[in-house]
Amino acid sequence: MALLQIAEPGMSTAPHQHRLAVGIDLGTTNSLVATVRNSVPEVLTDEEGRSLLPSVVRYLPDGNAHIGYKAQAAQNTDPKNTIVSVKRFMGRGLKDIAYVENLPYDFIDSPGMVQLRTVGGIKSPVETSANILATLRQRAEDALGDELVGAVITVPAYFDDAQRQATKDAAQLAGLNVLRLLNEPTAAAIAYGLDNASEGVFAVYDLGGGTFDVSILKLTKGVFEVLATGGDSALGGDDFDHRLFCWIIHEAGLSPLSDEDTSVLMVKAREAKELLSSKTETHIDASLSSGEEVHLTITAAEFNEITHHLVAKTLVPTRKALRDAELTVDDVDGVVLVGGATRMPPVRKAVGDFFESTPLGNIDPDKVVALGAAIQANLLAGNRAAGDDWLLLDVIPLSLGIETMGGLVEKVIPRNSTIPCARAQEFTTFKDGQTAMAIHIVQGERELVSDCRSLARFELRGIPPMAAGAARIRVTYQVDADGLLSVSARELRSGVEASISVKPSYGLGDDQIAQMLQDSFKSADTDMLARALREEQVEAERILLATQSALDADGNLLSDEERADVVRLLEAVRESATGSDHEVIKSAVHALAHGTEEFAARRMDRSVRTVLSGKKLDDI
Amino acid sequence: MQNHFELFHLPQQFAIDAGALDRAYHDVQSQVHPDRFASASDSEKRVAMQWATRANEAYKTLKSPFKRAAYLCELNGVDLEVESNTAMPVTFLMQQMEWREALDDARAEKNVNALEGLDRSIRAERKDALAAIATHLDSKDFTQAAGLVRQLMFLEKFSEEVANAQDALM
Repeated sequence: MALLQIAEPGMSTAPHQHRLAVGIDLGTTNSLVATVRNSVPEVLTDEEGRSLLPSVVRYLPDGNAHIGYKAQAAQNTDPKNTIVSVKRFMGRGLKDIAYVENLPYDFIDSPGMVQLRTVGGIKSPVETSANILATLRQRAEDALGDELVGAVITVPAYFDDAQRQATKDAAQLAGLNVLRLLNEPTAAAIAYGLDNASEGVFAVYDLGGGTFDVSILKLTKGVFEVLATGGDSALGGDDFDHRLFCWIIHEAGLSPLSDEDTSVLMVKAREAKELLSSKTETHIDASLSSGEEVHLTITAAEFNEITHHLVAKTLVPTRKALRDAELTVDDVDGVVLVGGATRMPPVRKAVGDFFESTPLGNIDPDKVVALGAAIQANLLAGNRAAGDDWLLLDVIPLSLGIETMGGLVEKVIPRNSTIPCARAQEFTTFKDGQTAMAIHIVQGERELVSDCRSLARFELRGIPPMAAGAARIRVTYQVDADGLLSVSARELRSGVEASISVKPSYGLGDDQIAQMLQDSFKSADTDMLARALREEQVEAERILLATQSALDADGNLLSDEERADVVRLLEAVRESATGSDHEVIKSAVHALAHGTEEFAARRMDRSVRTVLSGKKLDDI
Repeated sequence: MQNHFELFHLPQQFAIDAGALDRAYHDVQSQVHPDRFASASDSEKRVAMQWATRANEAYKTLKSPFKRAAYLCELNGVDLEVESNTAMPVTFLMQQMEWREALDDARAEKNVNALEGLDRSIRAERKDALAAIATHLDSKDFTQAAGLVRQLMFLEKFSEEVANAQDALM
């Protein structure tokens, strides 16, 4: 007799039909794939039993590619075609990439995202990431013996829309069905939280190879609620390597290096950094192709000193995330360390000192993200067992806004909003008879569009001609559970509509002016001045247009003398607006407003009379 | 359509049981969240996203005392007129001006302590304003409440500026 099975939504009807799903940690330095087998999450290894896959791809002249250890081995001999840390280039333009001068690659600065010219052809970072993901997919299918139904891919919590979209594209290119993009610190929290059945407020400090994230989460009865997240998508262990690399060049007094020698010393720097996590001093020895010899000794104390500022830099977003969560250090019950770079003793100490507690680290910091992703993938694939019920509520890391007049940003969805979320905002036309409206979507915390990341632009066309300010254009932002944005716009009187799925990566962003958050808070003063000037210029332009159209329509209400006065005030505003003193513009605008009060009153009288007489005619 | 209170089965009033709100929110999300429908059809996924979006919006609104107060005024037919009605009591405006000057000074002098002091004063003021709003809402005087909510909006905005100034000095 068959046993009766009761299925709940999201639960597999037949437990033996386990749907194969994996979690993938696509890291800057290394990548991993994990799955849940017999209710236990585990990292899948390659045929030689290794769990890490170095995130390195080497392109060959015949069009093939080596991926992982084999590619890594060629890093010194073929640096130009061997792509390491490709994650740093995802969704990034050339201007966004740090230390580009020390990188051996032949970059092509294409719109939205760089490309790399290799002996195997021109490669986009999306393609290179897809090579890595496809290798992991193959590893998983070999280990599990069947095709995957889907994968959860982790991204740094601080990744913006462009970087997330690029990651999702790479996964699709690798033939993976993306069940969800999951934030790395959240994945780590899942692995820890479910492992230890923890409750309370936790901070996850995640310093990877190229990115830094910090998340504050609340765990209650199977609910993981991210309260706030922060970070720096261009700060990680690589920066410590680079700092040490510069130290070597300086100490050894080296002349400009070839690409090969740069690679050799970068590798030496990384090895020395890793050794200093367990030793008090280490030697750096290298023979360069230039004939120069390097023989140096560095102590842990010296290393700490030259990298101290990098550690300090991580504490700024940490403080900010706590404040965004409206919590203090005392409210935090535990701190979780994630990412290989948290093996460095000064990092552990700084985090411990900051949170006044010893950080947790009982799960391998290299594996914890992949393990958490596997647990989430298992749930999303529908392998949920009864009682194994938990829910994840995550947030978006950066505010989403829209460009308003004068290059200012109006925030539509603030950072740390729980996803999915949506918000509609109404705008109106600026000029009489305006039939189209350009919508420019940006992401970031700064006040000026030029300081935020441009995500996409589109135009709402076919607005029926109306007086300025009469149209009602509703712009709706929707962020989905992957943290990806789509935007639609609709003119409410006519029903004209336009929408876009933000696909920022390829060719859309013509003004990828980055600089974003890093300097966001340093330049608050100049920001305020620039903002004040823009605001006044916009106001000036608005009042110039309005007054001119009023003169055109109802100029006959003024005597010649009165009209000349108004024109004189108009000219004064026009001239002031070309200058850079917002106070001067303000006073000119004020004078014009004051000088046209009587004119406005007469116009109102006329329009009221016109309306009333129109009504009378109708009534008859 | 249900309003946010109805969605979470909570009494439509200012005083709120935070624990009950959290529980109701988690209950709703555990039914509608897109993670429950990751392997479902596109239309189900879309509906899940819309529902989860709605639950997040409702939770955010009810969780924040300021947003909750504003929402109660709107539910009771009192428009906050945030764009058109900017009339404020003179004493309130004077206080605002003083604070703005204090903020400008603290910013110019990069005075962290002054910013913290300012932050504390505003917090206290916000607390008082909320208490007064609660009284008006409880006695169903939504017009009076709306006036105070408008003032509170200024305080919230100013609070944010102080926070930004603090960030700038980090």
